[in-house]
Amino acid sequence: MNMLTEAAVEKAVDQKMNTIPYKMIGQDVSVYYGEKRALFDVKLNIRENTVTALIGPSGCGKSTFLRSLNRMNDTIDGCRVTGKITLDGEDIYDPDIDVVELRARVGMVFQKPNPFPKTIYENVAYGPRIHGLAKSKVDMDQIVEHSLQRAGLWNEVKDRVHEAGTGLSGGQQQRLCIARAVAVSPEVILMDEPCSALDPIATAKVEELIHELRENYTIVIVTHSMQQAARVSQRTAMFHLGNLVEENDTDKMFTNPDDPRTQDYIMGRFG
Amino acid sequence: MTDIVSPGQGVVVSKAPERRDIGLKRRYAAERRFRIYGIAAISFGLIFLAVLLTSVVSKGYTAFLQTAITLPIEFSEKTIDPNNKRATDPSVLIAANYSVLIRDAMVKTLNLNASSRPEVRDATAMISKGAPIQLRDMVVADPSLIGRTVNITLLADANVDSANKGQIDLKVDEKNRKVNDRQVGWMNQLAETGALHKKFNTGLFVNGNSSRPEAAGLGVALVGSLYLMLIVLVLSLPIGVAASIYLEEFAPKNKLTDLIEVNINNLAAVPSIVYGLLGLAVFINFAGLPRSASLVGGLVLTLMTLPTIIIATRAALRAVPPSIRSAALGLGASKMQMVFHHVLPLAMPGILTGTIIGLAHALGETAPLLLIGMVAFVANAPATPMEPSTALPVQVYMWANEAERAFVERTSGAIIVLLLFLILMNLGAILLRRRFERRW
Repeated sequence: MNMLTEAAVEKAVDQKMNTIPYKMIGQDVSVYYGEKRALFDVKLNIRENTVTALIGPSGCGKSTFLRSLNRMNDTIDGCRVTGKITLDGEDIYDPDIDVVELRARVGMVFQKPNPFPKTIYENVAYGPRIHGLAKSKVDMDQIVEHSLQRAGLWNEVKDRVHEAGTGLSGGQQQRLCIARAVAVSPEVILMDEPCSALDPIATAKVEELIHELRENYTIVIVTHSMQQAARVSQRTAMFHLGNLVEENDTDKMFTNPDDPRTQDYIMGRFG
Repeated sequence: MTDIVSPGQGVVVSKAPERRDIGLKRRYAAERRFRIYGIAAISFGLIFLAVLLTSVVSKGYTAFLQTAITLPIEFSEKTIDPNNKRATDPSVLIAANYSVLIRDAMVKTLNLNASSRPEVRDATAMISKGAPIQLRDMVVADPSLIGRTVNITLLADANVDSANKGQIDLKVDEKNRKVNDRQVGWMNQLAETGALHKKFNTGLFVNGNSSRPEAAGLGVALVGSLYLMLIVLVLSLPIGVAASIYLEEFAPKNKLTDLIEVNINNLAAVPSIVYGLLGLAVFINFAGLPRSASLVGGLVLTLMTLPTIIIATRAALRAVPPSIRSAALGLGASKMQMVFHHVLPLAMPGILTGTIIGLAHALGETAPLLLIGMVAFVANAPATPMEPSTALPVQVYMWANEAERAFVERTSGAIIVLLLFLILMNLGAILLRRRFERRW
């Protein structure tokens, strides 16, 4: 593929981007921790089968926004969310929406790898088991193998799936957590700085994985690394002091951002 | 290495600045002093532990052996059943005077003058006063013994037991001691033939309480303590764990739960005798449960143990990393599934340790049991927790109040048994923790 055609393809993707439907829509999302307001009327839409990166300096509210997408903020005492967030057009804060079902549809991978202190198999099988996704042992074996393959971990662990998941290396543990999230067949996967505890090689593997997962899942990723955002995402949203500064195609964001604050942050002038 | 450190020819080395006094000496001296305080504190504790254990063991180990005298008892028909009525009226066997059999056997064995009353009295006093009952029970169980002569091992009187163990100072004037010279002579005579010997004191673990030290045992106390432990375990573990899980994982954090938390922590510090008064007022006077019963004791100890278990369980639950909870919730587990599939199994070692330490605490508790009447003299083992009973520490307390020399060693013996149970329970706690401990 020569340079010209590559550019043409990129352009085609850009044009296509505007036709991609929105998987999740956030309207005037504000989050309060007790008296303190952490997010100010954020309007941010997440496109289907796209990787959306949330960037910004520490404490800017990007993780808070991410956690409000599958209502993980509910577990924090004194946390309150206003505004509206929809998944496929349904308000996820509607009293009729079951938070358990929502989290089965919107999975999450955390900053620090947090496998259960159980075997690799049990780690992956736990989600499908509580949601009754496997009819039989054979079914379950298939789900586990498939999920581990999706997470690019199968070849490394296929001989020891019944050994402790906590015995894996940090990067493998994080991919195990991704396999665990994938196993319940979510529609959206939220990743909260999934590579911040990993070395560059493990990071590269996870990024490659995110790239592949994009085909089947909608991914929202919080990251502190500009390069990572540039590498893995198609859309990028920049947060600052609880406000959404800019949301744009990643390419445009990193070459010609609309907002001077984005420019400053990307250039490393603050943050 | 030197060639790395020493510079080559012509290399200019930077000059070290003048050393500042950063108080290194003072800092190291402070550390040394602190270590010495620590070692002193530990040694102090160890010395007292050693004194306690040596004192208890040196006084108490003799309680596990007991002096017995084997005599050829002639079950003469003339004494037991002179009119040969046992076939029609078995009660004659119960009413018969078995002391005579022992007296005759002693007279015969020691070649005594049967007509000298003081001599015969001194000789029969060497045998436990419970011996005639032992013989009666044998004859009632097997009347064919009548007419035969059988070698039978009888318990020695507690004073003879003490003298045989060297606990009575024989240099003291004869009038001022419980065993006179004539009896000591007979003891030696019997010991030479092997008739007087020491045997393992099974009675200590089987018998109930008795005013005769040689027959007194911990049987009732052991059964009572077992009932207490079972009741405390069955009630306080589920209630305590359920309360902790609710407070820690489900309850909203507000003024009310803060108040409850403060109260639970305070309850753990309430003197145990207050729980005894509460038990007396509520379970016995109000609810009408029987006095001295291990059921009431168990309920009172449950109340006393609950705060300990709740505090330990909450600490264990809090020690489970929040990332595990997030992982479970993030997968769509309900709160209940998160707690029972992930948090509780990880907290289990801590919960078990707390529970066993709470139980061990309850096992050694005396004051509340005194108030609900478990301090009664109980000779027969209780069949159910509703019957009167005592407990191990209460038995220690009761025996410590007795005057006889033989009760002193039994008190220490009972303490050894109690300590053994406590050590076993603590060992169990450690093993369980090791077994279930998981790392993440």
